[in-house]
Amino acid sequence: MTAETRQGEAPAAPAAPAGRRKPVPWGRVALHAACVAALLVMLYPLAWLVATSFKPADEVIASLRLLPSRLEWSNYSTAMDGVGDVSLTRLLGNSLLVSGGAVLGNVLSCSLAAYAFARLRFRMRRPLFAFMIATIMLPHHAVLIPQYIVFNQLGMVNTYWPLILPKFLATEAFFVFLIVQFMRGLPKELEEAARIDGCGPFRTFARIILPLVRPALITTAIFTFIWTWNDFFTQLIYLFEPEKYTLTLALRTFVDASSTSAFGPMFAMSVFALLPIVLFFLAFQRFLVEGMANSGIKG
Amino acid sequence: MTTTTRTPPKRTAERTARTGSAGRRSRREPQGAAWVFLSPWVLGAVVLTLLPMAVSLYLSFTDYNMFDAPQWIGLRNYTQMFTEDARYWRSVVSTLTYVVIAVPLQLGLALAVALALKSIRRGRGFYRSAFYAPSLLGASMSIALVWRAIFNDGGTVDDLLSRAGLDIGGWVNRPGWALLAVALLTVWQFGAPMVIFLAGLQQIPSELYEAAAVDGAGRWRQFVSITVPMLSPVIFFNLVLQTIQAFQVFTPAFAVSGGKGGPADSTLFYTLYLYDRGFTASHMGYASAMAWVLLVAIGIVTALLFRSSRGWVFYANEEER
Repeated sequence: MTAETRQGEAPAAPAAPAGRRKPVPWGRVALHAACVAALLVMLYPLAWLVATSFKPADEVIASLRLLPSRLEWSNYSTAMDGVGDVSLTRLLGNSLLVSGGAVLGNVLSCSLAAYAFARLRFRMRRPLFAFMIATIMLPHHAVLIPQYIVFNQLGMVNTYWPLILPKFLATEAFFVFLIVQFMRGLPKELEEAARIDGCGPFRTFARIILPLVRPALITTAIFTFIWTWNDFFTQLIYLFEPEKYTLTLALRTFVDASSTSAFGPMFAMSVFALLPIVLFFLAFQRFLVEGMANSGIKG
Repeated sequence: MTTTTRTPPKRTAERTARTGSAGRRSRREPQGAAWVFLSPWVLGAVVLTLLPMAVSLYLSFTDYNMFDAPQWIGLRNYTQMFTEDARYWRSVVSTLTYVVIAVPLQLGLALAVALALKSIRRGRGFYRSAFYAPSLLGASMSIALVWRAIFNDGGTVDDLLSRAGLDIGGWVNRPGWALLAVALLTVWQFGAPMVIFLAGLQQIPSELYEAAAVDGAGRWRQFVSITVPMLSPVIFFNLVLQTIQAFQVFTPAFAVSGGKGGPADSTLFYTLYLYDRGFTASHMGYASAMAWVLLVAIGIVTALLFRSSRGWVFYANEEER
């Protein structure tokens, strides 16, 4: 394991001060133990969430044991009733609609813009690319109020348009950048060949580029889904009718309630809210972790 | 991105060196095609970014409540903000305190875990994914609600601490401690910068460590003389990104404080107060002025970080660019 000795600068493993010469498995064991311990602490809030969602009302506060004495399934049936008159299925459907629309918009518009930036020549390309990068860092609040005024004028407040429409206009420059980076890594020969065969830029894009950048598109789709699903601020501003509420907004109604009597159902609903993210994560963790790693390295 | 942050992006755009065919410029497509591909983005940039920025700058000099036409009041919003509004200053102090606590803690933990994972072979992928998971979940309302319950009176943290003899009570109800609870939620999401650190660590050529080991450099020496300088562009990237994000945090403070920024305005973050002014109190002009001050403040902080980076960020292949 030469890799360990040469890379061994991990401060988390002070357990192996004795010589780097001989292979010391104890250092690695200690490292693993530290990692597992850290993981347990980190995952505690999630365990707590799931456990509490099954707790009877009197146990939430009275007992500090993590595990409930019996499984209170009624928390989940209460959660199914949703908030007010709006059922959980409705809330889930609303959330899905918003997130699905956002995914479609981002994948389409960001890949189009990315292809132009990565491969096509046009005037002002450099300043526009610089501007696009700069908008990644732009705080959303600088455009928030005028956007709200515009959507209000258009009668789109309390609809899903303000949440979905901007995604079709490639406003999330982070994803444009992500796809640009991926496209730059592709060999140009295929496109050259396609061009020689008389393939125009649109067919080249649809037939050659899009299939090749599929990993970047999947990364974009999943991140968009999760971020939109979790988004609270925009939805809080634009949606006010309970019928239109997303799951996140419905959970918000519990924020004001200070009593712990609703804890069980509230956290049962929270479990529903987190479940899609967890499933996406388990299914696509490779794309997510790689996508995040590459955002910082390539360029 | 690490280089994009340093070199002007126009040069980055130029570098297509990866395929080794940088000089090939034989494309003859008319520009029209490019503009078709770009049109959604251009529309979005103009209608949803540039125009709104200009409009919000204009509104910041007006009194506007969404119903009546905006009234030009000059610098009134700004003078009121800076000289009369005590809550505004409390929100500034809360936000800065939060940024200064949360960002270094988060990045420090991310770096420590990345270093630990780098020297682990078996199970690295598993640990990496598991540590990353909270970054995806942490922004959700669900986790913010869990956080509030865990740090509340009689919650897990209160219970553990009082058993250890520290009777703080619920953090959520105590100024200072509530802010710390929100900061810890940010620290909990150290996975994203950690993954970026780990990718950066794996790009450091191992020959450097081998050469240093031959020269008798110990682990600490290697860390200081190789890892830190080689990783400094990535550290810088994470620092800029996380700082910018931290200035804009909203959901956890909203949830932990019950939407009010309490106790005693200690978690009244800038964005919370902006929301309160603009959307609860309908002072859109005032909120626009706040947004512009935030924009300028973030710009200044970023510029300062970039300036400081000349002193400590090291680019190994500088001569290539």
